Amino acid sequence: MTPADITQLVRLCRDRAGLEISPDKSYLIETRLTAVARREGFTSAADLMAAIRAGREDRLGWAAIEAMTVSQTTFFRDRAAFALLGESLLPYLAGRRGHEPIRLWSAGCATGAEAYSMAMTVADSALSAETRVEIVGSDISERALEKARSGLFTQFEVQRGLPVRKLLAHFIKHEDSWAVSPRLRTAVQWKRENLIGDLRQSGPFDVIFCRHVLSMLDGAIRRRVIDAMVTALTPDGCLVLGPGEGGEDVGQGLRSAPQVPELYCRDPSVFMAA
Amino acid sequence: VKTCLVVDDSRVIRKVARRIVEGLGYEVAEAADGGEALAWCRAAMPTAILLDWNMPAMNGLEFLHELRRQPGGEAPTVVFCSVENDPARIREAVDAGAAEYIMKPFDSDIIAAKFEQAGLS
Repeated sequence: MTPADITQLVRLCRDRAGLEISPDKSYLIETRLTAVARREGFTSAADLMAAIRAGREDRLGWAAIEAMTVSQTTFFRDRAAFALLGESLLPYLAGRRGHEPIRLWSAGCATGAEAYSMAMTVADSALSAETRVEIVGSDISERALEKARSGLFTQFEVQRGLPVRKLLAHFIKHEDSWAVSPRLRTAVQWKRENLIGDLRQSGPFDVIFCRHVLSMLDGAIRRRVIDAMVTALTPDGCLVLGPGEGGEDVGQGLRSAPQVPELYCRDPSVFMAA
Repeated sequence: VKTCLVVDDSRVIRKVARRIVEGLGYEVAEAADGGEALAWCRAAMPTAILLDWNMPAMNGLEFLHELRRQPGGEAPTVVFCSVENDPARIREAVDAGAAEYIMKPFDSDIIAAKFEQAGLS
């Protein structure tokens, strides 16, 4: 790939998905794009970039962007967030929603570990049988969503972050893999969504988990994405970011909980629950 | 001082596991089977035990039952580490008092994550 190819890819990722890719990572870029190029029948990453430049197929540009979003994900990543969800946020919301469903969103869910961890947290919480919870997992990558939908995870994946009791309770061994239980599979709806698009139609959600996603975005776009997510939040809903992803001025009247820095709400009464 | 007893009949596995567990800040001792592990425990109960299942002489599950009958034998946190990956067998180990369960092959991330989940820091 030429420096011009790299620049073009960096711009493509930023313009279409808000992704900040460092041009210094040319080795990583070339490795990932070469895999996409082969899959799509090109001989090299440079040929793929030429086809994208020629505007032959929109799909190719998205395939390149998807390849650059691939990131590692584990079950119950930053366990404290799930303890917060299960022990504080869900009981608080259950009390306020009554028979209306509580809606949770895993924004930037990759291969689904976070959304499934939410579903396990719901299943293992002491909510009454009347409480309904809906979970949506969204990602920009169709390939990641395909894996999420399959609900199949390798032995390595189920051992990083997933306590053995939860593995036994929520997974079924399937040949060399582990499959999420039918209950977990039906608990999550999957949806392709670009976070830099209009999110008003997506909500409203009571809890949005958007963790280890903002840090991948271009600085100026980050603020815009948070603002867009707030439009998809119920008035007493809350946004949970990854460790160190927030900061003082998150935007749109959001306030961070004094004792839980990654939790943001408009209505501070939520903090009493946390 | 945090101590961990690594119990496995494979010297290679003990060596690999030892290095990882030492990296987590433990002082490590090794045993090649359940009988040898029990002798260690009778002398001094470790904080943690990383325990293989299939071993000659006394296997991991037999050892765990025996350990819990010893004075002070409730104390060590036991993490199984075995090629056995059948859910029914894993449940058997958990019911016998294992805090966590690692399916081989493992790497340092898995051991670190499982120790954390077992409440070992």
